[in-house]
This record gives sequence, C-alpha cells and structure tokens, in this order.
Amino acid sequence: MVAPLDQVFRQEWGRVLATLIGVLGDFDLAEDAAQEAFAIAAAAWPRDGTPSNPRAWLTRTARNRATDRIRRERALATKFGLLVADDRAPAPIEVTTFPDERLELVFTCCHPALALDAQVALTLRSLGGLRTDEIARAFLVPERTMAQRLVRAKRKIKAAGIPFRVPPAHLLRERLDAVLAVVYLIYNEGYGGRDELAAEAIWLGRALVELLPDQPEVRGLLAMMLLHDSRRETRFSDGELVLLEDQDRSRWDAEQIAAGRAELDRALALGGRGPYVLQAAIASLHAEVPCDWAQIALLYGELGRLTGSPVVELNRAIAVAEVDGPEAGLRVVDQLGLDDFRYLHSTRAQLLRRLGRVEEARAAYRRARQLTDDGAERRFLDRRLRELALSAAAPAGAGRGS
Amino acid sequence: MKYVMLVYQAAAMERQAALTDEEQKRVRADYQGINETPGVTPGVPMGLPENATTVRVEGGRTLTTDGPFVGMKEAVGGWFILEADDLDAAIEVAARVPAARYGGAVEIRPSEVYW
Repeated sequence: MVAPLDQVFRQEWGRVLATLIGVLGDFDLAEDAAQEAFAIAAAAWPRDGTPSNPRAWLTRTARNRATDRIRRERALATKFGLLVADDRAPAPIEVTTFPDERLELVFTCCHPALALDAQVALTLRSLGGLRTDEIARAFLVPERTMAQRLVRAKRKIKAAGIPFRVPPAHLLRERLDAVLAVVYLIYNEGYGGRDELAAEAIWLGRALVELLPDQPEVRGLLAMMLLHDSRRETRFSDGELVLLEDQDRSRWDAEQIAAGRAELDRALALGGRGPYVLQAAIASLHAEVPCDWAQIALLYGELGRLTGSPVVELNRAIAVAEVDGPEAGLRVVDQLGLDDFRYLHSTRAQLLRRLGRVEEARAAYRRARQLTDDGAERRFLDRRLRELALSAAAPAGAGRGS
Repeated sequence: MKYVMLVYQAAAMERQAALTDEEQKRVRADYQGINETPGVTPGVPMGLPENATTVRVEGGRTLTTDGPFVGMKEAVGGWFILEADDLDAAIEVAARVPAARYGGAVEIRPSEVYW
C-alpha cells in the first residue's frame, strides 16, 4: 500500500526544506525550489509511479532546480556586467541520503529575534508544511496578512543573520523553551475548537520528540497535548461546553491516553520535573477514576513555584476545593489578583454556588460572562445563571452542584 | 556579518552613578572589554544628548532645533561596529554591554549595502 501523495508531501516537506536550506543557505530560494519539486512530483508520480526513495527524489529535484536558477541568474548578471559576489553554488554531488536538518530549521523558525506570531507562522509553514492560506484561516487573519508576516520573517532571518543551527549547549535550554512555547501556543489555539491546529501541534510535538529524544520537557509537552486531546470529543456537546466532571468518560480516546502516559513515563524516567512534565502528570491524574485531587493540588503547587503563575494557583484552588471543601478553595482564589481573568470569576462562582451563596455566585458568573467573548462559554455561563435563578426561587441548600 | 550596535542609556547613566566605586570600576572594565573583543571596532565616544542639535531642511531652509531627534531618554548613547558570525554571536556581545543591565538597551542593526 503506497501512502497517498498528500501524506507523503506532508511527511517530507519539512525534511526536504530543511536539507535545502542547509545546502543553499537561503530560506526563500530553498522554499521556491522545494515547492517546484513537489509540483513536479504531483504531476510525475501518478504517471510514472512513486520513486523508491521519495525524499531523496524530492530533495535532488529541488536542489537541481535551485542550481539551475542560480546559474541562470549568474549568467544574466554576467551578461549585464554586474559583479557577482554570491558563490553559494551547491556542490553537484549525487547523494541519496541527506542529513536531517529539521532541528536546525525549527530553532531558526523559533528564534527569539522573531516576533512570536512570526515564529508560529514560520514553524507551521516550514516544518508543518501548511500552506499560507491554511495558516491564515487557522489564525483568523487575511491570507495577505499571513503572507506578509512570513515574507517579513524570512527577510529578517537573512538580513539579521539568524543562524541555521542547533544552539550550542549554553543556549539550548532557553532556545528549546522558545520552541516548546510555540508548539504549546499552536496547541492552545486548537484547544478552543480549531481541531486542525491541535492535531498540527501534536504532529510537531512528535517530530520534536523524534529529534530530541532525551529532553524530558519535549516529551512532557507531547504527553500533555495527547492527554488533553484525548478528551476532545467530549469537551463539547452540540456546540455546548461540557466540564470535565460531566464528560462522558467512555468516549475519551483510551489509546491516546495510553500514548500520553507512555510519553509521560519516559519523561519522568529522564528525570523530568519541568512545567510541561508537571502539566502532563496533572492531565494524567485527571483521566483517572477516582481522581486523586490531593496529588493534583500538590503538583499544581509545584508548578506554581516553577512558573510563578497566578493562573496555576487558580487551578490549584479547584483541586484544593475538591480535597478540603469549597471554603478552602475560595480562600486560595480570593488571594489572587486576577480581576480581569474570566476563569477566576467562573471558578469563584462555582465554589460560591456549592456553598449555597447564590447571590454572590450569580454576581461572579455575571462578571465572568462580561469578560468572555467566546460563544460556547457565554452560553455555558448563561445556563449556570438560569439554574441559579431557579434555585434562588426554591433554595435547595448548600449541596454540591452538578 | 557586520552589525552596527547602538547603545541606549535611558536610566543606565543615573543608575551607574549610584553604584559603588568598585562596581563603577567594573562597568568601565566591561566597556573596555567590549572594545577589545575580536570583531569590535569601537565607535567614537558620544557626548550627552542634551548637547545635540537636530537639523532639518524644509523648502531649502535649514532648520535647527535644540536636542536629539527623538526624546532625551530615547536618544542613542553610543555605538560600535561588530563583525560576527551570526545574530547569536552579536546577542552575546550585546548582553555584555553594561547599559543593557542597568535599564538601558542595545539595538543590533545588521549593516546593509544599498548601492
């Protein structure tokens, strides 16, 4: 069974492009050449059959195209008596194996000298092989805007001398964090319902694990994404948001949970205890029945110390409420200065509701509603407000809600 | 690659003035170290932006105003040329400039040949 063309292209794009950039030393030239080679393949392969080594075929074809172009431009320049300073002619050796330089590529795309939105776009385009219009659609910006963003980023890589290499040891930590942050951001965009981005982030996460198998945080990120994503099918029901506790567990993707846990185990075996590993461990505990909230609260505590993030502390409050009751959770929440954060108010509302403090709960839900512009979240909060209006009419005591 | 390194003082001069003698010595030594770094061509030392004069020509008339083109706080405080392999190497040198750690900043501008 031969993989369909699209799939081969998808699989090979990043590798072919990375190799070409390595050979040619020029992002744009490499991308044009790769695009040409893929177009030639799309025409030739269905007719002549897929070559035995598609990657080598694509890389060779692209390199030959680029060489032709460089020669043509040189000939033209000589003809017009221009000085030719550029002598990056690729060596015309016929090799069948090319080095895998995707890692160099990803570190270039995620270089901190590029704006974050450019890093994201460039990573999806170069490594992920998404077309400009696909990236534009995923991020809800006009295609022209996205195209300009990519052009500007590539221009800066060249003009500013952003290196095409894996950072040396003393920079690796910091630069790897930047790469992981880009993948995480892509995943988060997808978590809001744009499935293709979540799938893309997982694909990138897998590629990174393959390239950096000994980095626990890389595996931690992949584990976390797999575990969260395993619940994708149950997070919405007819377009309405469903909370974790109300989700139909039988529809969670058991295979993906197992894959996520396996990655987590490897990360832990590598001594990982970084933010992504901790988040993966928490996601793994969330998938257990019964859920070990005490352990989750501890892990959030550790994560909070690492990141100093009040959002993490808010999550800890939820776990604390499960262990020591809503009052204890509320005490944690009320120490946080996150007044413009909608989830602070929805969390407070939830805890107040459980304590039977209906009026305060309604006020908090209303505040959360003011702060969100997401349709599904608004409808969810409206539902809660309606339920509370009913229970205010007929007080039902301080029992746990749903 | 050739880079023009622009040093912005912002609050750095004031903060450095408040340092101990020992720390000030360190700052001077660090600037000396930058100047002696391979690839660095030191710029001519710049006077204070207060003493700058800005010139425009409008309709053939030369107009001068007191002070730097941008605000006093945003004015360039110094510069040097750096010949380095790539941006990462330039970032490492920039991070050693004392102004960068005392509230100022270093801007790395790749040099370009336009004609």
